Amino acid sequence: MQANSLKHRSNNPLTPEQTELLERLAAPLSPEQAHWIAGYLTGIHASPQTPSQPTATPLTILYGSESGNSETLAEQARRRAEETGLSARVFDMADYRRRDLRDERLIMIITATHGEGDPPDPAEDFYHFLHSRKAPKLAGVKFAVLALGDSSYEHFCQTGRDFDNRLEALGAERIQERVDCDVDYEDSAHAWIEKTLSAFAGHTETAASSPDNIVSLTEAAKRAESTVYGKNNPFPAEILDSINLNGRGSDKETRHIELDIAGSGMHYEPGDVACILPENHPDIVNELIDTLGMDASASIHGRNGETTLEEALRRDHEITAVTPPFIQAWAELADSATLREKAADGNRRQLLAWAADRRIADVLREYPATNVDAARFIETLRPLLPRDYSIASSLNANPDEIHLTVAAVRYHTELGYREGVASTWLADRLEPGDTVPVYIKRNKNFKLPADQGAPVIMVGPGTGVAPFRAFLEERDYQEAGGKNWLFFGDRRFRTDFLYQIEWQRWLKDGLLTRLEVAFSRDGQEKVYVQDRMREHARELYDWLEAGAYFYVCGDAEYMAPDVHRALIEIVRDQGGLSNEQAQEYVKQLQRDKRYQRDVY
Amino acid sequence: MTEEDRSRDVSQPLERLHPNERLKAGSNYLRGTIDEGLADAVTGGISEDDNQLLKFHGMYQQDDRDLRSERRRQKLEPAYQFMVRVRLPGGLCRTRQWLDLDKLAHDYGNGSLRLTTRQTFQFHGVLKRDLKRTVQGLNAALLDTIAACGDDNRGVMCAVNPHESAVHAEVQSLAKTVSDHLLPRTRAWHEIWLDEERIADSGDEKVEPIYGVTYLPRKFKIGFAVPPVNDIDVYSQDIGFIAIVENGELSGFNVCAGGGMGRTDNEPDTYPRLADVIGFCRPDQVVDTAEKIVTIQRDYGDRVDRKRARMKYTIDDRGVDWFKSKLEARLGWSLQPAREFRFEHNGDRYGWLQGDNGFWHYTLFIENGRIRDEGNYRLMTCLREIARVHGGDFLLTPNQNLNITGISPGRRDQIEDLIRECGLCDPDHYSVLRRNSMACVAFPTCGLAMAESERYLPGLITKLEHIMETAGIGDVPVTVRMTGCPNGCVRPYLAEIGFTGRGPGKYDVYLGGGFHGQRLNKPWLDNVDEKTILEQLAPILHRYARERHTEEPFGDFVIRAGYVPEVKQGRDFNSDY
Ligand code: SRM
Ligand SMILES: Cc1cc2nc3c(=O)[nH]c(=O)nc-3n(C[C@H](O)[C@H](O)[C@H](O)COP(=O)(O)OP(=O)(O)OC[C@H]3O[C@@H](n4cnc5c(N)ncnc54)[C@H](O)[C@@H]3O)c2cc1C
Ligand SMILES: Cc1cc2nc3c(=O)[nH]c(=O)nc-3n(C[C@H](O)[C@H](O)[C@H](O)COP(=O)(O)O)c2cc1C
Ligand code: SF4
Repeated sequence: MQANSLKHRSNNPLTPEQTELLERLAAPLSPEQAHWIAGYLTGIHASPQTPSQPTATPLTILYGSESGNSETLAEQARRRAEETGLSARVFDMADYRRRDLRDERLIMIITATHGEGDPPDPAEDFYHFLHSRKAPKLAGVKFAVLALGDSSYEHFCQTGRDFDNRLEALGAERIQERVDCDVDYEDSAHAWIEKTLSAFAGHTETAASSPDNIVSLTEAAKRAESTVYGKNNPFPAEILDSINLNGRGSDKETRHIELDIAGSGMHYEPGDVACILPENHPDIVNELIDTLGMDASASIHGRNGETTLEEALRRDHEITAVTPPFIQAWAELADSATLREKAADGNRRQLLAWAADRRIADVLREYPATNVDAARFIETLRPLLPRDYSIASSLNANPDEIHLTVAAVRYHTELGYREGVASTWLADRLEPGDTVPVYIKRNKNFKLPADQGAPVIMVGPGTGVAPFRAFLEERDYQEAGGKNWLFFGDRRFRTDFLYQIEWQRWLKDGLLTRLEVAFSRDGQEKVYVQDRMREHARELYDWLEAGAYFYVCGDAEYMAPDVHRALIEIVRDQGGLSNEQAQEYVKQLQRDKRYQRDVY
Repeated sequence: MTEEDRSRDVSQPLERLHPNERLKAGSNYLRGTIDEGLADAVTGGISEDDNQLLKFHGMYQQDDRDLRSERRRQKLEPAYQFMVRVRLPGGLCRTRQWLDLDKLAHDYGNGSLRLTTRQTFQFHGVLKRDLKRTVQGLNAALLDTIAACGDDNRGVMCAVNPHESAVHAEVQSLAKTVSDHLLPRTRAWHEIWLDEERIADSGDEKVEPIYGVTYLPRKFKIGFAVPPVNDIDVYSQDIGFIAIVENGELSGFNVCAGGGMGRTDNEPDTYPRLADVIGFCRPDQVVDTAEKIVTIQRDYGDRVDRKRARMKYTIDDRGVDWFKSKLEARLGWSLQPAREFRFEHNGDRYGWLQGDNGFWHYTLFIENGRIRDEGNYRLMTCLREIARVHGGDFLLTPNQNLNITGISPGRRDQIEDLIRECGLCDPDHYSVLRRNSMACVAFPTCGLAMAESERYLPGLITKLEHIMETAGIGDVPVTVRMTGCPNGCVRPYLAEIGFTGRGPGKYDVYLGGGFHGQRLNKPWLDNVDEKTILEQLAPILHRYARERHTEEPFGDFVIRAGYVPEVKQGRDFNSDY
């Protein structure tokens, strides 16, 4: 079994003793025994209340309803199921957790059709998920669909039909033919429910022996393989989805990007960072080549062997940001006294300011050089560096996926419009289906407390909220008991409340204990996260005293220092401490790793 | 059901009734947790329960439905916003107030004002954080939103222009009196929106002497009409008062009861119904009569099924005789026999009209009641200008139009010039067909809309105009009314041609309504698109052009020609033919 390699697994979460024990136990196991233990272990996870009881496969009834008919039927179906001794659960598709789908065995769908053959509003998300490339394979699942509709519409019961076909396409087995009910649906619906329940009744074996548990164990084992990907051999991850999180009328664009890392064996934990190797904008590449009067197809020896000039400039080198070394190098190529003068030590300040406004093409135009050879020019350029993005997802909650929250960098200088290389490449030029070179960078200094009961305070305005989405997904998955408090801020409530409905759901669930928001451009006076912290100084201090962990992520230039100052003040005022004592208190938090930052 | 069946009304324990009844009873006279809801910064909306209560305060939570799916994908909640409806009994508004409303619409609303079929204003697109300021702005303008919606007596209709004659003035003031008398007495509104100090209330009856803790089973509507004009569609009201004027004097009113439009698709036991004329009362008996009818509905109305909780069903289920005797028992006197009267139309009289006192009145057509500036059609700006110079009042009509009333003879030309400058009466805003059309709000704000209405009818009218032109009946008035769902907010079941939305681009079509609101129309086409609508209507309109008798309204013709049967009573509305 996999056990004998356990020790060498970089991410083995067990203590040496536990590893010892597990290996001793696992070594002599027969496959059946392994099976049973697998089921038992997943059993523990699935229902902590009844660890040793392998639970009977529950029938999951999902409904999509707008005016309540399907909902009522779904409830009735559940009651009938219970009466006939089947354990069954009902979910509004809107509230159903997608990732649970992998573990389903028996699914009953009751759905209406609305709009022009569209799914009912609340079912839309689930419908699109199931029809997307993200939908899990459903081999071994048994299902039946009841469709409600109105035959006077063109697309009669369309949504029911779609679900019916899609589930089959995903490998699930239809154990009862779909019935399309018209507006007088009651009788046919009830008849169908009875038939279908008895059909299901035949298939309720116990969870422990159902095959997918081994899968999940080997899955885990597979994931456990430590990643070998890095800057020089990133994993080409397919983009599954790319969404602008900013509503209409916003002056920002923040992209939620979902990457597929299936089969990569890549593993990460909340707080880790994904590194993306971007490409330069072809227009800028061409602009450069034209300015230099070079031949795009000229072959040169790039960092990754022989390529064309065009290719090298697009993929291997930083060709926008102007750096002092470049200025020096170019001063020589252009043989320009003024540039040498600029680049000279001493006036670095002005140099940087001057450089900040310019892109390399600007410099080339201001200080032209004649017949520069491509290879030499390339040497003046810095390699195109990977960009870091705090991972916004938990691997446990989203197996095989990495989610990112990327703010498109766009701004103007005297010399014109500028845009960030990686962020706008991701935002403007890539779409689902394209691939992105990515690898993981561990961040040991930004991790959830090992103690699942510890309270957590998270301060993450703007894209700084990304890792906290991962934190909460993880704590949700762990069913961690600790309280969670998030401070979020951005420009406008209506358009810039990143992941709003997810926070709202977690507040409703109780996973998120408190959520404080600060929007700087809604009211007369600007409010920021640190202001909200001050407003709740007392509670915040009490949380810290109760052992809370304090996390800050996002802007390093203004936000992080402001938050840091606010934290010290709060500790000082609420704890009745002197400035020095307050600073010491906060330092101690840092030493204890109870104050962690991921700022950029 | 038997006359005295009490199994579904207020006499039952709350658990047996619709959840809203429990909600009202537990709301501490409409306070609920609205305050907390307004303070919650994580959402732009409020809880479903509070939304139910908010209606009694004259506001509805809505969301911009154009953005709904887009925002869901963006992981943003719906673009929640609020509709605020002003209480304006009799539709009268001073020019000062007009200017204030115009400003509020720009400061907090979506920059438009909406005139409604019950003669008041609506703001759309008000954000939660601006709600309080909006209401306080209204309060400063001596207006409020109390009971503009909710299970209570809504804005009392009365489209008569007080400046027209002494009788008209008298009827107007009676409408106001009835409205005030039936207003909820709870101070919830003042506490929540004006931060009024809370005084401990003493005993239930005292707080709401007429309504009680659970208010009415459903909305309730009252209107006053002065023949020959039935512009308020008096038969569509829960209570209608028809003024009886004998030799220049107001001798009293014919009382009619049990009207209503709302119905639900595929639920045949819901249907529009016209009120029955049950007798006559003197002016000084009006308030008493209205109050007692309200209490009957309070006590007997269905509180289990909100779809059948309107008084029209209370009466149909028990019979008019039962209702009348109950009423007279509660009044302690008997209604006199109904008197003679005659209605001629339920539309508006456009253009200039001079009152007894020599003052002028101008009725302006406002397409679907929507007041906003669009390109060079600067309606809102123009009306602001008029409000600045015009000394008199504005009267909102039940057909979503505007009557500029009490223009002194000296001002007439000035107003006329303004109207012309703004092109408010150029022909394409002004065809006969268009002037007799109405559409409800529907998308993007109305949460119940299934199809477009306000944004779609104008285009459809253009196509119908063309058909009527070619048939040579471009000058014949035909009432066309469209709603985005079967609730019937523009009283479509009284139109000669009615449309109610079924789904995107799909409508049910009705024919045969009475030209002066005396007869319901009949379902004709089911769930059809524009192509079908035009193909099916064209031949009928052409035949009407050829075969109509002189003065025969289209609604009468389609019945005579056998396209649809006459609907004699609401119960028959859904029956097959
Ligand atoms: C604005 C207005 C239509 C218009 O274009 O002018 C309107 C708009 C709405 N009506 Fe209405 N109704 C309006 C007059 C009517 C009328 C006509 C009348 O009263 O003369 C009716 C038919 C008469 C009747 O009550 O039967 C009417 C029957 C309804 C109904 C169905 C009631 C029923 O008994 O079935 C609903 C839905 C409900 O109450 O559940 C409704 C509900 C609504 C709501 C509030 C939708 C909702 O409940 O969420 C609509 C708001 C849309 C929006 O975005 O503004 N509205 N509604 C009218 C405002 C009148 C006022 O100032 O108070
Ligand atoms: C640990 C870590 C985590 C991160 N997490 C995230 C994350 O979760 N989400 C996210 O969006 N980003 C994150 N970043 C930032 C991210 O790595 C990139 O720096 C960012 O996306 C910009 O990269 P780019 O290639 O688009 O822009 P580049 O081409 O690198 O250009 C960026 C440069 O443009 C200049 N610039 C930018 N804005 C202006 C301006 N307004 N005026 C003048 N000059 C300007 C600055 O010199 C800046 O360095 C993180 C960074 C680190 C170090
Ligand atoms: C706006 C609207 C659009 C609809 N469109 C369709 C449709 O395209 N096809 C269909 O079969 N039924 C359609 N229906 C009918 C509903 O599916 C039917 O009323 C069903 O019983 C509603 O079930 P629910 O109460 O669970 O939402 C539509 C209903 C509405 C209100
Ligand atoms: S008729 Fe229906 S769609 Fe139109 S406003 Fe009324 S409720 Fe909304």
